[in-house]
Amino acid sequence: MALRQCAIYGKGGIGKSTTTQNLVAALAEAGKKVMIVGCDPKADSTRLILHSKAQTTVMHLAAEAGSVEDLELEDVLSVGYAGIKCVESGGPEPGVGCAGRGVITAINFLEEEGAYDEDLDFVFYDVLGDVVCGGFAMPIRENKAQEIYIVVSGEMMAMYAANNIAKGIVKYASSGGVRLAGLICNSRNTAREDELIEELARQLGTQMIHFVPRDNEVQRAEIRRMTVIEYNPKAKQADEYRALAKKMIDNKMFIIPTPLTMDQLEEVMMSFGILDEEDESIVGKTAEELAAAANA
Amino acid sequence: MSTMTREETQALIQEVLEVYPEKAAKDRAKHLAANDQSVEQSKKCITSNRKSLPGVMTIRGCAYAGSKGVVWGPIKDMIHISHGPVGCGQYSRAGRRNYYVGMTGVNTFGTMNFTSDFQEKDIVFGGDKKLDKLISEIDQLFPLNKGITVQSECPIGLIGDDIEAVAKKKGKELNKPVVPVRCEGFRGVSQSLGHHIANDAVRDWVLHNRDNDNSFVSTPYDVTIIGDYNIGGDAWSSRTLLEEMGLRVIAQWSGDGTLAEMENTPKAKLNLLHCYRSMNYISRHMEEKYGIPWMEYNFFGPTKIEESLRAIAARFDDKIKAGAERVIAKYKPLMEEIIAKYKPRLEGKRVMLYVGGLRPRHIIGAYEDLGMEVVGTGYEFAHNDDYDRTMKEMGNATLIYDDVTGYEFEEFVKKIKPDLIGSGIKEKYIFQKMGIPFRQMHSWDYSGPYHGYDGFAIFARDMDMTLNNPCWGKLQAPWKKQAAESASQAA
Repeated sequence: MALRQCAIYGKGGIGKSTTTQNLVAALAEAGKKVMIVGCDPKADSTRLILHSKAQTTVMHLAAEAGSVEDLELEDVLSVGYAGIKCVESGGPEPGVGCAGRGVITAINFLEEEGAYDEDLDFVFYDVLGDVVCGGFAMPIRENKAQEIYIVVSGEMMAMYAANNIAKGIVKYASSGGVRLAGLICNSRNTAREDELIEELARQLGTQMIHFVPRDNEVQRAEIRRMTVIEYNPKAKQADEYRALAKKMIDNKMFIIPTPLTMDQLEEVMMSFGILDEEDESIVGKTAEELAAAANA
Repeated sequence: MSTMTREETQALIQEVLEVYPEKAAKDRAKHLAANDQSVEQSKKCITSNRKSLPGVMTIRGCAYAGSKGVVWGPIKDMIHISHGPVGCGQYSRAGRRNYYVGMTGVNTFGTMNFTSDFQEKDIVFGGDKKLDKLISEIDQLFPLNKGITVQSECPIGLIGDDIEAVAKKKGKELNKPVVPVRCEGFRGVSQSLGHHIANDAVRDWVLHNRDNDNSFVSTPYDVTIIGDYNIGGDAWSSRTLLEEMGLRVIAQWSGDGTLAEMENTPKAKLNLLHCYRSMNYISRHMEEKYGIPWMEYNFFGPTKIEESLRAIAARFDDKIKAGAERVIAKYKPLMEEIIAKYKPRLEGKRVMLYVGGLRPRHIIGAYEDLGMEVVGTGYEFAHNDDYDRTMKEMGNATLIYDDVTGYEFEEFVKKIKPDLIGSGIKEKYIFQKMGIPFRQMHSWDYSGPYHGYDGFAIFARDMDMTLNNPCWGKLQAPWKKQAAESASQAA
């Protein structure tokens, strides 16, 4: 099987890293050879696989050694649960330097050092929530990730973010081979969440590849710095991730998305009752003015 | 080609514009004009200080060049760090010929390059820690430095390095000025914004340092030279004239200048501004804050020098006025001798200029003193107040070009066929290969000074040796020359 490179995007805090690591664990359990590349200065994309607090990152090691050219692949590559290879790009603490440049440097290093060897089946890029600059789009530029999965929930801001990411994919899809491969709904238990995300997926021209229900087993595993697959393979939630992994292996639906306009998106939300009909008469009115108007 | 009429100049502009795409032609048309002395405000006929068009070869520099290269760099007893990757500092090191007196590497640092030499890790993790360390090392290695400036290269602005915080901390630690300058190269449209940013940094971090210190005893005759970068010694040959007429020059900005002079400048009675473009900002600030008047002057060629000396003297008492007359009288015979020697060799020669922000108008008088005529002039980074001043100096219907492109300049030269071109190193060899005598008017072609009476003697000699150099008669191969001669005889 040819190497498939996938990038996981989604709003900050949506559960990208947890979902990715559980998914990757399920793929590895199924006999696939997988690598995770964390593209977030927080470096928390591999902790459940490695049982560590935070893996030592490419940029941290490069800074210690002098430059990235002084590093060897084995310095930055750790192997965790079921032979999963792990790399974290790393970057500065918040407020200084350029995290985006860190991602670019780290990914170029991995390519040049031949980290993407031929017996790998999957590479997953776990990317910082907001694509704030060109650096965080690095994984979806030419010859990198071909498949994008967006983690989303039925919450308003998560859907806004998903739509924005779809816009970004359109930009790079026209110049390279990157395609949207599906939405992963990481449930927040909002009303009719599955239908809502199905509808969003339909309008984007893609699929909801899987609905991952909310289950505290994930948190129990996480406190132990483990994936559910490893912590409790018999758990129902483990089967959910296995199902997601299976669908991903069989996935053939790679499309250029059709992002929604703001009006279209709000219409979808309104039809599912998570956004009220906009009342133009209250825009820009203070509480005092509204009270006065109500009394009149 | 004799002097062009307005119609001919306009037609030439139109002809040159023709090759551009419509949008570019429309834009460039605003930057080209036939001079009209009757126009008071240049904005009615020329646009300046706008972004250069992509695809043309502009001759401009960047904001870093304006701050590090022009305004701050010549302050000789401070160390100027080129903060960022190594190239900006190294490739501009010592290139501007700002002469200074001192022991380089001991108490002066003008021709040295100090850089934070950014690596990938400094971009990713930020360069503030490195800058902190670098400043400590500099102070340890070069303890006689009087202060340090941080000249930002592009990446500093991109990654948001907090150089102000580092500067404040290190300034306290070392107990000397550490000045952060936000002159990232991508800011603005040319080096001009760099001058302004550098002026603002002087205002915010240096100028007020001795406001409550009266140990410097000033006199009624204290003046400063502002905006003379002492290229080839220009400021020195200017300073002597002011001193000879009885004034005391308490500061030179920034050629051969020191931090102490900058700090003492607010004690002056009059600021004398040579390069208006690069230092009018700080002069205006001192006028506003300290009530120090400022005036522009021009020390190129005896006519302008006389005018300027008298105008300067008019701001002082009779002693100084008499001093000015004495100086003028003293140098008159020398000037007459020079003009007598060179004018016959240069009279009637036509010159085209293209320089930075001042010389395209300031040198005109010096050429005229030698009987030469400036038939085209333009600036890399002037603003419209510069063109206001230029239009009075240039003849009617002469060609004026702003931020000229490589193509336009070549075409203008082909049509106007000047006897001499004065511009920069990037233009020099193109025009020399076209067989046209050329002088570098940024660096004085490694000669100088050109300011003051002493400078005029050198200026006149240099123009003569360039224009009347026998090499220009040898440009055609002998066999081609013979062929051309026999062809003309046959005809």
